[in-house]
Amino acid sequence: MSQRTKQKAHIGFNVNGDPVEVAFAPHKTLLEVLREDMNLMGTKHGCELGECGTCAVLVDGRSILSCLMLGLDAEGRHVETIEGMETSAGLHPLQETFADLGAAQCGYCTPGFLLVAKELLAAKPNPTREEIKEALSGNLCRCTGYIKIYEAVELAAARMRGAEMELPRESVYGYE
Amino acid sequence: MATNKNSNGFRRNDGNNADANGKDLKVVGKPFRKVDARAKCTGQTKFADDIVLPRMLYAKLLRSHEPHAIIKSIDTSKAEALPGVLAVITGKDLPIPYGILPVSQDEHPLCVDRVRFIGDPVAAVAAIDEDTAFEAMNLIEVEYEKLQTITSIEEAVLIDEPRIHDYGEGGNVHKSVHLEFGDLDEGFAQADLVREDVFFYEGNTHLPMEQHAAVAHYDSDDKLTLWTSTQTPHYVHRALAKTLGMRAAHIRVIATPNGGGFGGKSDPFNHEIVVCELSRRTRRPVKVTLTREEVFYCHRGRHPVLMKIKTGVKKDGAITAMDFESFLDGGAYGSYGVASTFYTGALQTVTYDVPRYRFKGLRAFTNKPPCGPKRGHGTPQPRFGLEVQLDKLAEELKLDPAEMRLKHLAPPNSVTANYLRIGSMGLGKCIEKVVKGSDWKNKHRKLPFGKGVGLACSSYICGAGLPIYWNNMPHSGVQLALDRQGGVRIQCGSIDIGQGSDSILAYIVAEVLGIDPFDIRVLTADTDLTPVDLGSYSSRVTLMTGNAALQAAERARELLSIAVAEKLCTPVENLSFADRRVFDVENPETGVTFAEAVVLAESKFGTIGTVGSYTPPRSPGKFKGAGVGPSPAYSYSAAIAEVDVDAETGFVTVERVWIGHDIGRSINPMLVMGQVEGGVYMGLGEALMEEMIYRANRNAVHKFPSMLEYKSPTTLEMCDVLTYLVEDADPNGPFGAKEVGQGPLLPVMPAVANAVYDAVGVRVDEVPITPEKVLAALRAKARGKEARFGPTGVPAVEWPDALKVLTPAEGGDGKEMPRVAVHS
Repeated sequence: MSQRTKQKAHIGFNVNGDPVEVAFAPHKTLLEVLREDMNLMGTKHGCELGECGTCAVLVDGRSILSCLMLGLDAEGRHVETIEGMETSAGLHPLQETFADLGAAQCGYCTPGFLLVAKELLAAKPNPTREEIKEALSGNLCRCTGYIKIYEAVELAAARMRGAEMELPRESVYGYE
Repeated sequence: MATNKNSNGFRRNDGNNADANGKDLKVVGKPFRKVDARAKCTGQTKFADDIVLPRMLYAKLLRSHEPHAIIKSIDTSKAEALPGVLAVITGKDLPIPYGILPVSQDEHPLCVDRVRFIGDPVAAVAAIDEDTAFEAMNLIEVEYEKLQTITSIEEAVLIDEPRIHDYGEGGNVHKSVHLEFGDLDEGFAQADLVREDVFFYEGNTHLPMEQHAAVAHYDSDDKLTLWTSTQTPHYVHRALAKTLGMRAAHIRVIATPNGGGFGGKSDPFNHEIVVCELSRRTRRPVKVTLTREEVFYCHRGRHPVLMKIKTGVKKDGAITAMDFESFLDGGAYGSYGVASTFYTGALQTVTYDVPRYRFKGLRAFTNKPPCGPKRGHGTPQPRFGLEVQLDKLAEELKLDPAEMRLKHLAPPNSVTANYLRIGSMGLGKCIEKVVKGSDWKNKHRKLPFGKGVGLACSSYICGAGLPIYWNNMPHSGVQLALDRQGGVRIQCGSIDIGQGSDSILAYIVAEVLGIDPFDIRVLTADTDLTPVDLGSYSSRVTLMTGNAALQAAERARELLSIAVAEKLCTPVENLSFADRRVFDVENPETGVTFAEAVVLAESKFGTIGTVGSYTPPRSPGKFKGAGVGPSPAYSYSAAIAEVDVDAETGFVTVERVWIGHDIGRSINPMLVMGQVEGGVYMGLGEALMEEMIYRANRNAVHKFPSMLEYKSPTTLEMCDVLTYLVEDADPNGPFGAKEVGQGPLLPVMPAVANAVYDAVGVRVDEVPITPEKVLAALRAKARGKEARFGPTGVPAVEWPDALKVLTPAEGGDGKEMPRVAVHS
């Protein structure tokens, strides 16, 4: 331990539906608190400067970059991380379509994309492709070229609305 | 059962789904989800930085802020005195050099006496938490004596002293090669048109979303385990044994799933060795996670390459000779650079017939972050130059660039002038598909000013024909274990970097054994538990591990067949493996479950385990330098880009890309599509915006080592992609499969450049094609000057004497011709 004295902050908030209390060094970001003090490793980091979207979580239903939010500011709020998307009822439709359609390649940016997409579908159950692009424009993915991600969001949105949707054949096999 | 496993909303049985013998395939060719896909969508995948061990320490590396300097002294006393610090080490503690190539062992885990680029590590700290490690790192005092800085290819070939390294070709030239295949003079004499063009391809970086991280644990049995985000655990294993002076058998390297690789995690890295040493000293686990800024400085990305290409063609566009010169800015260390140098001259010959070919290549050392392999390794740069030059040649000859290419394709099952053996070759079909799909004939040179289309093609290897260190062993090994409950375990040294290599293993074994891929446990990339696979680089994994898995699975199937045939009193050849059953094809009700088949086999033979391995075929080239370029197979791609160019701002918008890719056969078409789209995406970034550039003064500081300012395409820049998969099974691929991880990136940059010309009539012979460059070319055009932006020449250097090889057409045998003394 370094010479400076550390005094841990102690807060209560709600994570993925569970009320929790946690003590941590007060300068820590929410990202660090989740990963280092709560062992919720599903939230990833790509820059820790608010540039890449990888660490996005939902705070009171709104996406925020957990690397730019102090852990202290989470007091009393509802935080949802990737670990909270799967419930006893099973995978969230977005998780299912991301997995099934190849929207996750290396999977490192995936938690951030899933949470931002969830926020989008809560506000717009039937988003256009352009609205999906706009909503996800703060999240970088280096693997997919984003196309499989759009398709996964569209298919999940259809399922959540109870609409029938079949992906075009060319999305999977290419054009003839 | 297998066919109902996915709920992904598309039909499962589309496409041609039979193997070479006409047998219906149940798994291969189907869009199964990846075996690890759900873990990645639920946050359960454990990346290196997600590993936490009890009593774990955190490491930080102090990196040089001088680009080139002698280390006069290092004072670590203040850092050591800081409470919470458990170890501080410097270069003298790890004096043994290493490097990925045996010929370039030029790196130290921590610099010993000299720093060669900003970011070179000089000391390291282990402390009880990251903040303390950071504070201690900043208490280390280093005194430097500055040396002259070399920042460009031009400077490197001009300035002999100071040398950045004391090995290489002399001065600051790392490697210089000169290969000549056939009589170039005769070739150019036969040409109706000869063009000479100069191109520049700026360096860029991988930018994986995951920052490199590693955790080392040196335990009380004197065994070391390293978990690390690497594409090459086997090579890291070797580097650790060497630099730590330990028995390799006491070291275990576990590659964690890579959060993106793209070539950037293919070198053994200093931080990996450093955490091992810190753990050995402290006897506690030690973790390091690089900051994003450090990732930029670790680099190993695309080499900046300056090229001069002279090509002779007949009136119909047939190439008569090609003379290719490339100059690579290697940065501060060797890395894969010798291979990169050869790669800038290797694959020019596998797309179109090039009967005579000369290659001169030079790699320079500069005081910048080291370059290495990035997706396409050494081939996107020459491909860019070659395909743009062909566009210019077609225009001068008044030929359609697509027709011209189609007419002169390298033939399948042939050997090129530089002794690369081509097998299947589906480029013609790729071109035809994108030409038709894009309505090329009604667009090329016919769209209004500001709109344009451009075409380019490319090829890539399906695995390097030779290993990185010389040996006669297989490149890939697979062990299969079958248990009496019907479980199947695949063990292989390969590492999944997101491309789906774990899934490919499962699909192939499931296909052969007639089980569901999700029944299989795939255990990969652990040097204690898995047989060697050389790593996830050179697009080798599907072909090489796929063939090894196929062999292991076929051997297991044979054991099961013998036991089941005996039980059912059926000839072995009548047995079929499908739907988790082994049964008589003539009487399908007669059969046993797969688990029962394993029990029968285990009762007869004992524990059931098989192995498979793969070694690439020998290359016909026998000359020095023939080791780079040969591959069991070549993939092919053709792309057409449609662009909008704003002549007021110079801004280029790529609206869509049509791309055809010759995959041989898709083991999983959905994953192939993902690789194609991802390749186009990364190519788009290279074409338009991505660049590793440094401040112009001699400091060689990266201009913008951050994700915000190193521009890469977001959803708003990404174009539509229309993909065509050409399936022309290659006899060397498992089920005919070839690569897709790297090839589809290659044609994108030249296709965009050619489209910009079609749109506004100016040539930007340089990537990235930024608005400034387009505007500069437009202004030059308006002033009546050459409507072009790009380099004007290459440095004059003395090349070594050419190593001459007669081409196969000239009756050559692949060996170097005896050198004839010209001067007596």
